Amino acid sequence: MRTRFRAALMAGTAAVLGLALTACGGSDSGSGQQAAPARTLTVSAAASLTSVYQQLGTEFQNANPGTTVKFNFGGSDSLAQQVVQGAPADVLATASSKTMQTAVQAGKIQGEPVVYATNSLQIAVAPNNPKGITSLQDLTKPGVVSVVCAPAVPCGAAAEAAEKAAGVTLTPASEEQDVKGVLNRVQTGNADAGLVYVTDVKSTNGAVTGVSFPQASAQGAVQSYPIGVVNGSQNADLAQSWINFVRGQQGTAALQQAGFVTK
Amino acid sequence: MSRLEVDVAVTRGSFALDVSVTVESGEVVAVLGSNGAGKSTFLGALAGLYRPDRGSIALDGRVLDDVPVHKRRVGLLSQSALLFPHLTARDNVAFGPRSTGSRRRVARATADRWLAEVDATALADRRPSELSGGQAQRIAIARALACEPELLLLDEPFAALDVDVTPAIRSLLRRVVRAAGVTTLMVTHDVLDAVVLADRLVVLDAGRVVESGATADVLRRPRSAFAARIAGLDLVPGRSCPEGLRTAEGTVIGGVHPEPVADGEPAVALFSPASVAVYREPPKGSPRTMVPVRLAAMEPHGELVRLRAGVPDGGPGWVDGLAADVTPAAVADLGVDPGDELWFSVKAAEVEVYPAGR
Amino acid sequence: MRTTVPRFLWVPAALAWLLVAIPVAGLVVRVDWPNFLGLVTTPSALAALRLSLETGLATMVLCLLFGGPLAVVLARSSLPGLPFIRSVVLLPLVLPPVVGGLTLLFLFGRTGPVGGFLDREFGITIPFSTGAVVLAQTFVAMPFLVVSLEGALRTAGERYEAVAATLGASPATTLWRVTVPVVLPGLMSGSVLAFARALGEFGATITFAGSLEGTTRTLPLFIYLESESDLDGAVAMSLVLVVVAILVIVVSRTRDLR
Repeated sequence: MRTRFRAALMAGTAAVLGLALTACGGSDSGSGQQAAPARTLTVSAAASLTSVYQQLGTEFQNANPGTTVKFNFGGSDSLAQQVVQGAPADVLATASSKTMQTAVQAGKIQGEPVVYATNSLQIAVAPNNPKGITSLQDLTKPGVVSVVCAPAVPCGAAAEAAEKAAGVTLTPASEEQDVKGVLNRVQTGNADAGLVYVTDVKSTNGAVTGVSFPQASAQGAVQSYPIGVVNGSQNADLAQSWINFVRGQQGTAALQQAGFVTK
Repeated sequence: MSRLEVDVAVTRGSFALDVSVTVESGEVVAVLGSNGAGKSTFLGALAGLYRPDRGSIALDGRVLDDVPVHKRRVGLLSQSALLFPHLTARDNVAFGPRSTGSRRRVARATADRWLAEVDATALADRRPSELSGGQAQRIAIARALACEPELLLLDEPFAALDVDVTPAIRSLLRRVVRAAGVTTLMVTHDVLDAVVLADRLVVLDAGRVVESGATADVLRRPRSAFAARIAGLDLVPGRSCPEGLRTAEGTVIGGVHPEPVADGEPAVALFSPASVAVYREPPKGSPRTMVPVRLAAMEPHGELVRLRAGVPDGGPGWVDGLAADVTPAAVADLGVDPGDELWFSVKAAEVEVYPAGR
Repeated sequence: MRTTVPRFLWVPAALAWLLVAIPVAGLVVRVDWPNFLGLVTTPSALAALRLSLETGLATMVLCLLFGGPLAVVLARSSLPGLPFIRSVVLLPLVLPPVVGGLTLLFLFGRTGPVGGFLDREFGITIPFSTGAVVLAQTFVAMPFLVVSLEGALRTAGERYEAVAATLGASPATTLWRVTVPVVLPGLMSGSVLAFARALGEFGATITFAGSLEGTTRTLPLFIYLESESDLDGAVAMSLVLVVVAILVIVVSRTRDLR
């Protein structure tokens, strides 16, 4: 009871304030172990990448002694804007192609950004799926309280695309500001089902169950994760090795562990 | 018209009040006392603000103790008019009748009648903020009487008024209270209120009734120091003796007995300050009673100067507060200052000895 | 008589004023004026404005119906533990509204003790309903009414009520014909303040009631959502909210002055 309360409290607070958990990019530089040149890599990354990137950051530092990885987590939109405005960053990793395009069009990305992972929708339900939900259609059944993201935000746009593909019109009880808001409704038991990303379901460690459905892979429903080196970076080589690292074996494992589909 | 019987004891902090008073139907009784004598506590108990420790309040045998204030039919007029600020003068007066079930039209008619009674018809449509203090108090009088209370309580009703409007309001109140014939109990520290309005006086001191009686009697022949003071007389307590009165420590004050008092009975000696002569040194062989005092204060008193006595070293306590009225020329001749030791002297023929208590 | 203000107060005073005034002025500058009318009259914007006004009024009525009696009890009764009761009432003033929303959610949510009971026994679900919006707004707005009304009651004192009783007015008559009229200005400004607070309510509403056009998406929620996608629309509606707020303040201040 107590832990559930705390989990819900945290989730709710985060959802409402739109606070991403921006823990410090814990970077214990191995003090004085080696004489390798000390370098710092700055990565601007979407908030949904926080836990995966933090884990990878530690591993990257271990693999590259003398290197410190600093993260700047935030909303994809504002991160892209920051890069356009000339904020110091070596790598930009957003949660949508559209936001990445903003930076590309401003000439701030070297070459073409690559999409290295995708994230797709799942129906989040209470553990053991008490309402027996197996499809999007089931969300329209009487007595099922569903919540989605508002169409104006990316997860809502994805939900809309999936609905269209399924030929279903949902009547949600609430259209939340972000995916954490949806998750919170399901976790606190106030909604029976909510459309969230697979990674969000995984992040609850079993507090909700994810139900996959075919229309999650419909066009416009899938969230792409592009990454690119920022033009004018002083550490372009290091930035490229970070991208390779994320796309490599360790990165792929971590991303899949979190629920991403890697490419 | 109702007869009021009060017998209450109230303790508030270190102050204890224990008073028993009867007001006959239609009678106006003034409760007099100096500050701290217990007047407001007494009135508060009557109005239902304080719950008495003991005793009862009854109107014509109807016990009020457990009756909520709004059902007591006890009107209250206090020193501030406290007119409802959101109502016109007329609606203020009509408030009581309306609250006790009169129809709007009847209540307004009643209000207009009482406004006429207090000469305030022209003020009917004014708001309290547009009234002077005297005008507001007129309206308050009409408002209190329009409820036709069985008992009217007056709490220093003129204390907050300008000196120049007080006489008019005082005589107005006397007229309407007499005309209404309402049983009235007034609390005041001003003897003039009592003289004008009251049939009877009750004097409170330290929470107890020290004397009571017809207004004229009490003022002519006070039995308590407070009553004597407000009546402007000098009073010395003691016991009757053939020569007049013997004080507790043995001083004999020569005096006459207008009514028979048995030897040794508690008695008071009364005399006017004007009959007191003042000396630096006691004259030899005078038949007068001589009392040593220390001059406490001098104050103008009409054409004369009033000298207030204090207790000299080793002197008797009862001289405290005795007054002597002398001419300014006599004061100049004496050449006295406060703190000087003097002798007060009074002729036996001018001292009247009465039994104490009434 | 006019007292002289020490000169060193002018600079911080001006800064304090500018801190509020400049962002509002900035909002006016930032508004996309050519499209303003179109932006504030989209069906979604109008639905949000309408919902805000309706729930704000409902909140005001609830505050009067329940907060009014509470203020009278606080100002006039001699209950034991009155300071404790008062500090509980004031809690929403200092509590972040989000916390208020969470507490409401845990009480009235479908799994909460009260909400669960209502859901099981009567099939009534409080979250996601317009009623939930009103409940959340009442939670945060109530202290505004209670505080200003209790203040007015204390200032007025009990003298008039005591007089009314001696004139034969029962406690109920006294309440309606004396107490209420005497504290009417305080009652008015308290109600307007509660309405204004309800109008600006965001945290408790989004946490407890959710966000759905026409049902729970009030003006502040609409603006927050719009700021993610259509900044111009958000700015335009913010200005509308500012104007409504200024009107409300003006109305309540003139009441105070009377």
